Amino acid sequence: MPTTLAEALEIQRDEDATPMAGGTDLLVHWPEQLELHDRDYLDLWGIDELRRIEWSDDTLELGALTTYWDVITDAKIGAAFPLLVDAARQIGAVQIQSRGTWAGNIANGSPAADGVPVLMAYGASVVIASHDKHRQVPLERFYAGYKEMDLAPDELIVAIRIPNRTYRHERFIKVGSRRAQAIAKVGAALVSNGSGWRVVASSVAPTIRRCPTIEAQISDGEPLSSPDDLLPAIRADVSPIDDLRSTAAYRERVMSRVLYYAIEEMSHR
Amino acid sequence: MDADANMPPMSRPPIEVPFTLNGMEVTVSIDPAERLLDTLRYRLGMTGSKEGCGEGECGACTVHVDDIPVNSCLIPTYQVRNAQVRTIESIDPSDVGALLSSGATQCGACTPGVVMTAVWVREHPELLETHTLRELMAGNLCRCTGYDGIIDGVRRSLDEGQP
Amino acid sequence: MDRIEGLAKLTGAERYVDDLPLDGMLWGMTVRSPAPRGRVTGVHFGSGVDWSEFVVVDHHDIPGDNTVLLIETDQPLLAGEYVRHAEEPIALVAHRSREMVRRAIREIEVTIDPDPPIFDFTAEPTQDQIQHGSDNALKRIDITKGDVDAALVRAARVVEGEYRTGSQEHVYLENQGMIAWEEDGVLVIKGSLQCPFYVLKAAVRALGRDSDHVRIVQTPTGGGFGGKEEYPSMIALHAALLALKAEQPVRIIYDRGEDMRATTKRHPSLVRHRTGVDGDGRLVAQDIDVALDGGAYVTLSPVVLSRGVIHAAGPYACDNVRIRGRAMLTNSPPHGAFRGFGAPQTHFANERHMDVIAATIGIDPDEFRRRNLIVDGQTTATGQRITDGTDRVALLDHALELSSYHERQDKHRSLNASHPYLRRGIGLAAFHHGAGFTGSGEVMLASELHLAGLPDGRIEVLSANIEMGQGTLTVFTKLVCDRLGLRPEHVVIADADTGRVPDSGPTVASRTTMVVGRLVDDSDTGDRVTQAIIDWHVERDEPLVGHAKYEPPPGIEWDETTYTGDAYATYGWATYVAEVEVDLRTYTARVTDFVAVQDVGTVLHETLARGQIQGGVVQAIGWALTEECAWSNGVMQNNQLTNYIIPTSDDVPPIRVSFVENPFAHGPHGAKGLGELPMDGPAPAIANAVARAIDADPRAIPLTPEHLMDLLSNGR
Repeated sequence: MPTTLAEALEIQRDEDATPMAGGTDLLVHWPEQLELHDRDYLDLWGIDELRRIEWSDDTLELGALTTYWDVITDAKIGAAFPLLVDAARQIGAVQIQSRGTWAGNIANGSPAADGVPVLMAYGASVVIASHDKHRQVPLERFYAGYKEMDLAPDELIVAIRIPNRTYRHERFIKVGSRRAQAIAKVGAALVSNGSGWRVVASSVAPTIRRCPTIEAQISDGEPLSSPDDLLPAIRADVSPIDDLRSTAAYRERVMSRVLYYAIEEMSHR
Repeated sequence: MDADANMPPMSRPPIEVPFTLNGMEVTVSIDPAERLLDTLRYRLGMTGSKEGCGEGECGACTVHVDDIPVNSCLIPTYQVRNAQVRTIESIDPSDVGALLSSGATQCGACTPGVVMTAVWVREHPELLETHTLRELMAGNLCRCTGYDGIIDGVRRSLDEGQP
Repeated sequence: MDRIEGLAKLTGAERYVDDLPLDGMLWGMTVRSPAPRGRVTGVHFGSGVDWSEFVVVDHHDIPGDNTVLLIETDQPLLAGEYVRHAEEPIALVAHRSREMVRRAIREIEVTIDPDPPIFDFTAEPTQDQIQHGSDNALKRIDITKGDVDAALVRAARVVEGEYRTGSQEHVYLENQGMIAWEEDGVLVIKGSLQCPFYVLKAAVRALGRDSDHVRIVQTPTGGGFGGKEEYPSMIALHAALLALKAEQPVRIIYDRGEDMRATTKRHPSLVRHRTGVDGDGRLVAQDIDVALDGGAYVTLSPVVLSRGVIHAAGPYACDNVRIRGRAMLTNSPPHGAFRGFGAPQTHFANERHMDVIAATIGIDPDEFRRRNLIVDGQTTATGQRITDGTDRVALLDHALELSSYHERQDKHRSLNASHPYLRRGIGLAAFHHGAGFTGSGEVMLASELHLAGLPDGRIEVLSANIEMGQGTLTVFTKLVCDRLGLRPEHVVIADADTGRVPDSGPTVASRTTMVVGRLVDDSDTGDRVTQAIIDWHVERDEPLVGHAKYEPPPGIEWDETTYTGDAYATYGWATYVAEVEVDLRTYTARVTDFVAVQDVGTVLHETLARGQIQGGVVQAIGWALTEECAWSNGVMQNNQLTNYIIPTSDDVPPIRVSFVENPFAHGPHGAKGLGELPMDGPAPAIANAVARAIDADPRAIPLTPEHLMDLLSNGR
């Protein structure tokens, strides 16, 4: 159990170990996950240097152990990046918010993640380290497919960097099966700086992803007259499926409706 | 504290984990694959914390780690090394008067988790400037009370400045 | 008086079955059927496991009959040759290490030669799907009053409707669990259960021992809701079989996934109504067809059906009623007891149908009910004359007033006309619930209760009725205190241990307070007080025990063959009002206000009674809006609390409860049962509110967002 990042990166170089932060994804149904019991884990929780929130002139940097609760209770983040707080408050409840980390949310690679959409909408980058180098990848280029990501076996996510910009409009939308303790059936994060929109969708594709067709339509296209106007762009950008939590038809249609009304409300503000 | 008879022999080499449990220093020798909930319940015989779902959904296993509620079913015991762990066993009957009279407990299976969240809210009343009580308590599923007894009890304990 | 065991629960001191230490204990687990129907052709034990380390039990190890005795004996304790549902228990394995048992279970392969299953209880079975009688009907019950066909011909209007409800998982927070061991020749089984004598009778039959050599002891039970009425017998006997073979204590604790996949749920239903009304909006004929999905074995389906059909016509006066009911076999795990016991299903249909009729004939839903609610002197569908003095119309009006029913409709109209995507509506349901066992049930049960005077002067109550959260311990204590002028510390309630307590009948049907409470009230210990008890023990070397047997109210007449007469000694009456908001962006319906008004006789303990109502309402809100079992080939797929969605504190509003107290002469201090009533009314009230909010006509629950979207797209 390392207490410094350098130690952790050496272990990550030498051993086949699964990194673990707060454990809120890995330990679900643990007693039945017998195949996971004999694996080796790299426990990051004791590495205090990953537990930091740092501001510079042009970025906010969240260390890899920054939890949702850290962000919820940080008034400065709430003022500068309100969507981070909006999303964090809709993840589980306090018992999960206290252990779940933003970096873990990225590394778990779930298409239904709640933290990733807002980070991606804010143009965040993933800071990655191995024993011999550091690199930075824009989050929107981090995922290649379902649970496939740009992270080598000897690497760790050590921080998340968010450009310190101001936005005219910003909105996080989560459609879950109840108000708390729910997994997103449809999710979206939208930001606009006045000249163009960034739109990120969750739970409607194998990965969380930006939606370039929708962005182009709402940034430059004709004003929308109904939610249906968005359907062609939604079909171009995402590919929802039927699963235990919802249906493809519901996801597609609700995506169009939540986006439409969000854009309507923001543009009339 | 003796190893409880309910804890089976380990199939992996044990590791030692020191932490503070309800104000007392303890060191447990555990299976590396052990969850905090199982260490508490079966190894230490502190059965107040309950397992309701094993997936961090119901909150019956809620304990405090370093003064914040967590689901002990989602924490590997080695992660509480050197941490402050507080369980329902630390709660004195005099701490729960308002919850008792408001009808916050019926069957009692969710109750230890409810109490641990409620006590934390009572100790951090500033949370109510940003959160509603119903949002703060949403991590504790209850199937008996319909939540009114719980919410009323927590509100009363906040008003009275005692739990 | 606060809840007797409240502080133990609030401080984590209460010991549930999984909290009890057991020396030298083994963990038991169950090997289950992978297929919904077929012949068991083999149970193969993988070669990667040293099986000599494990205790393995199959049907050959059952000393008595291979059956879980309940109403019938068709359900095997361990399937030997044939399975009728997926997840059916086939064998048992135990080991000192729980992880080792989990690993071993995975190395056991059960092979099944499949036969065609049936899952649709509304479909006519094909010949090769028939597994019970000639048509798969596990039970049929008909009720006839007057001449429905003639009345339908005469009716000014006839309105038809078809209504469906889905299965529901209990989600007691404490999963099912049992421990068993043998002690001086007596098999002791302890665990989470509602009915110790059910388990005892099943044990005597399957284990081939007399009741002196088996003791069933209830441990504090972390929620039941009916889910721990019949299924615990299965787990108890499994633990017993393993313990007897191992000659060691055995513990079986289901985890949440196994509990949801393998144990009972609420019966799904399809109810069809054909109703005649006259020109004044009065009911002249109710023709009702009730079908329930019973699952793979008879279990309790006959009694669930019974309560379902008796309540199917609602709390209304109608001279011509025909109710035809059937519980059908399917190859799903057996559906079982669940709070309300068939009545929530038929009340959903009836109360939704009342709104459909009202809309069809152009009368306000509240006015339509006002015209038809039973008034004293009128009779129910079974011909039971109601003379209890409750003013059911006044009760309804009280609920409307508390909920600002009419004012809110005006507000909703203007909001709905102007808001881009929010719609609000308000709906009501009027209903009733029979207290205690149906018909002659309470007479046959002949419930008993003993009161003992202890040497230290305290009174001990010996009853088989258990605490599962609903407040039995507190209510019993309060009744004894009130009756004998004692303080709570002078009263102890004995553990429900079949080795000590008499058979007070099962803890079901909200009967405990009314029936068994009445026994406490009547107990012949009389006016003896603490000193008299102490004196007795000083003077004599013999126990001081008073016996009481339940006497139903005089004049109760019930004919089981024709289903006519006094179905229940008394009824609780209620009107519930729900306000909902539907968000048309996401098709999500949310309850924004809820008013529950009921007559449950005298309220013995305000906090406990209110808590029962609030908890029941929220459980019913879940059934109405979010709780849906996703079945595939007879297996529940969403057997996780992440995917089976019960309400959190943030999903429901405060539940506003009001009691109209009309004492029942034959209950303790005038009390009737109350725990099931709150399960009956919320679903139809909510569906009626949703119908108003979005101008649609929902006929099925749950009203999940996906279903609401389809409803709005398809016009229905």
